[in-house]
Amino acid sequence: MNVKKYLLNEKVIISLLSVLISLVIAAIVMIVIGKNPLVAYAALFYGAFGTKEAIIDNLMKASPLILTGLAVGFGFRAGLFNIGANGQVIIGALLSAYVGTLVGSYPFFLSIPLVMIAGMLGGAAWAAIAGWLKAYRGAHEVITTIMLNYVATFIANYVVNGPFQAPGGVPKSPSIAYSAQFPNIMSVGATSLSTIIFVSLAAIVVIYVIIQRTTIGYEVKAVGFNPYAAEYGGISIGKNVVLAMAISGALAGLAGTTQVVGVYGRYFGALGGSMGFDGITIALIGQNDPIGIALAAFLISSIRTGSNQMQIAGVPKDLVVIIQGIIIFLVAANRIIKTIRIRRRKEAEA
Amino acid sequence: MEKADYSQYAVVMKGITKRFPGVLANDHVDLFVKKGEIHAIVGENGAGKTTLMSQLYGLIRPDEGKIYINGFEKQIRNPNDAIEAKIGMVHQHFMLVDRLSVVENIVLGKEPVRGPFFDLNRSRKEIRELSKKFGLLVDPDAIIEDLPVGMQQRVEIIKVLYRGAEILILDEPTAVLTPQETNELFEILKNLQKQGRTIILITHKLNEVMAITESVTVMRLGKVTGVVRTSQTNPNQLANMMVGREVLLTVEKDKAHPGEEILQVKNLVVKENRGIEAVRGLSLSVRKGEIVGIAGVAGNGQTELTEAITGLRKVESGKIIFKGEDITNYSPKKRREMGMGHIPEDRLKHGLIKLFPVYYNFILGEHDDSKFSDGVFLKIEEIKKFSEELVKRFDVRPPKIDLLGMNLSGGNQQKVIVAREIAFNPVLMIVSQPTRGLDVGAIEFIHKTLISMRDKGIGILLVSMELEEIFSLSDRILTIYEGQIMGETTPDKTTPEEVGLMMAGHKLEDIRQEA
Repeated sequence: MNVKKYLLNEKVIISLLSVLISLVIAAIVMIVIGKNPLVAYAALFYGAFGTKEAIIDNLMKASPLILTGLAVGFGFRAGLFNIGANGQVIIGALLSAYVGTLVGSYPFFLSIPLVMIAGMLGGAAWAAIAGWLKAYRGAHEVITTIMLNYVATFIANYVVNGPFQAPGGVPKSPSIAYSAQFPNIMSVGATSLSTIIFVSLAAIVVIYVIIQRTTIGYEVKAVGFNPYAAEYGGISIGKNVVLAMAISGALAGLAGTTQVVGVYGRYFGALGGSMGFDGITIALIGQNDPIGIALAAFLISSIRTGSNQMQIAGVPKDLVVIIQGIIIFLVAANRIIKTIRIRRRKEAEA
Repeated sequence: MEKADYSQYAVVMKGITKRFPGVLANDHVDLFVKKGEIHAIVGENGAGKTTLMSQLYGLIRPDEGKIYINGFEKQIRNPNDAIEAKIGMVHQHFMLVDRLSVVENIVLGKEPVRGPFFDLNRSRKEIRELSKKFGLLVDPDAIIEDLPVGMQQRVEIIKVLYRGAEILILDEPTAVLTPQETNELFEILKNLQKQGRTIILITHKLNEVMAITESVTVMRLGKVTGVVRTSQTNPNQLANMMVGREVLLTVEKDKAHPGEEILQVKNLVVKENRGIEAVRGLSLSVRKGEIVGIAGVAGNGQTELTEAITGLRKVESGKIIFKGEDITNYSPKKRREMGMGHIPEDRLKHGLIKLFPVYYNFILGEHDDSKFSDGVFLKIEEIKKFSEELVKRFDVRPPKIDLLGMNLSGGNQQKVIVAREIAFNPVLMIVSQPTRGLDVGAIEFIHKTLISMRDKGIGILLVSMELEEIFSLSDRILTIYEGQIMGETTPDKTTPEEVGLMMAGHKLEDIRQEA
């Protein structure tokens, strides 16, 4: 596909217009509460891109969001709504941290792949439970993945307060072996840009290729679009539901792993944050397209990174939540924008 | 511009033009339908008939052109406008809510109420009366998804009548009906006509056009190629206008040379969705190089039979033996790998993935074959090359392999499915309603293809509601009634009347004893 065709794609236009409209609506809100939107957006922009620290902070926030966005987006491709990315992040992080403490005597070229595989397997297995329950027991994945989120949280709470607790009574794991940690590219002050960003970039390419070029991608999409025809074509629905959930979970697990190996060097309770749920937002804005998801993740990380600066400029930082909400609303209700565009086209013709 | 007087016409469509991306579906089409006549619109697949009628019914809006109803210009922006203008449409693909009952579907959008409550009893009574009046008997409380295609269509027709339509558009209404049912439908249509209603019939069946209509509009590639009075034309002339060349209306074939038995079905019992036995102890066999036709009224177990043979439905008891191997519990994939092809009854449900491009649909079922995949990656170049060839060989229109499945007309979707199933060289083909809704040219092509497959030694099990198709293609005819075979015969030893009696539940030996 050439670049022009890609940019003029209806999906791309819907996402771009959604972002634009939400910025305008947020500006109106600011005017109503007596703030100057230009000042606020300038501060937001400066906060996200104005300094080296800001840019590093921004990229490090975007990195795991790309992975959870890809996780949820891949599930959507198979017609699955994986709300359990948060739990998969936790299990992936936990398992990679555990393996990370065992590989101290190994060289980095063994220990790094080992922790990454452990993290991905952890997330994959956790998600595959929900996949199996859907495929062979008919339980809806929205319910089971939410439940598994709680289970994952409590498992993590237990192990970092008990068998896998670092000395000192704090609920965190021991730190992982040095050979399993990803090096930093650069550090400015207290912020460091870790090489984990490359993991996220590689994942974009890998998922894009899986979806567009592989037999697995073909089967997963077939099941997502029309399970009856897929079954007719000899594609096992059960197998592909489990597989799609596992791949989705592996990506979420990888997001957790990157935080262990590239940011904190250990597991601790709040490590996952809400990145699993953010993945839903990002997959929606990115319309399940790997490149779209990457851009959406960067958008969300940018407005979040910039929001502190906006707060300093006197505009409540909660406004970014409004912006985010409106974007999702517009993307999900994409007919609103489609209708506006059709009307404008007609007026132009008339 | 002159002001024409259209008051004698129920419907006038003037200069209708409709463009879809890359396709000119209607090119300045004019349509004149007089009040109280039955008017046929005929044409090949993709000729733009359904597109034209969708504009009359407000499903899509024309880019250019005007519509006049009873002499007055009308803006039909949506189906509500059409219903207000007393236009009703029975679609080729039924617009029913699967999970709701017959009565709930019929009253949908016009629910009768008593105070704040939904008065289902009243509608049930009204529908009973309507269906009695028009001879369209259905159980008002049956759930749509449990009904066979034929019954669903009755519901669609009653729905339109329930809304008090004066102008009825029927898109391929007889495609799923038996000869008897078709005759009944024609009686109904004639009754409606007597009561002053106007009927527009989209069809491919030229004998129907001759039997029931007063005038005909012929379309080809988005344009009108002829408007004739039915009394002044004949099927051959119509066929010529449709395809622009002479077509054979009968199938030429040599005697079959059947080989060994390739498929055996023994005492098969299969349940339908409601858990009732739909196939009840049925046995049959298919040999290499023969076409075995299953005649029957829709909903007598044909769907369940073909789904069980192809592995899409669970078998309760009995055996399916393919190439000497018991495949009763094999997956659809395994059966496919053993060489069983399947042209499914419902192309949009099983046959096609609407959101896949044509070239992806061409490899469904073969996508993991070494021809199209190296195990991990799809060989996109090869797939596209293969698809280009198939599109050409089967004359899929428009010939664009990047188009999504949903953007093809019904007939061209079917061509994609048939092409795909033939291309993988099966040894046995389970064929269900292969020409439902197809035009003369495509039917001829598919019939010829099936015959040539037979002559290459492939065994074919053909399920069709079209008696004509069963008679012209089959080497042996089995008639199914309520999940059982009423008798086996051959086309030269029986008559449509005899098969018709079997379709109504009479055993062959009883019929012949009485005679």
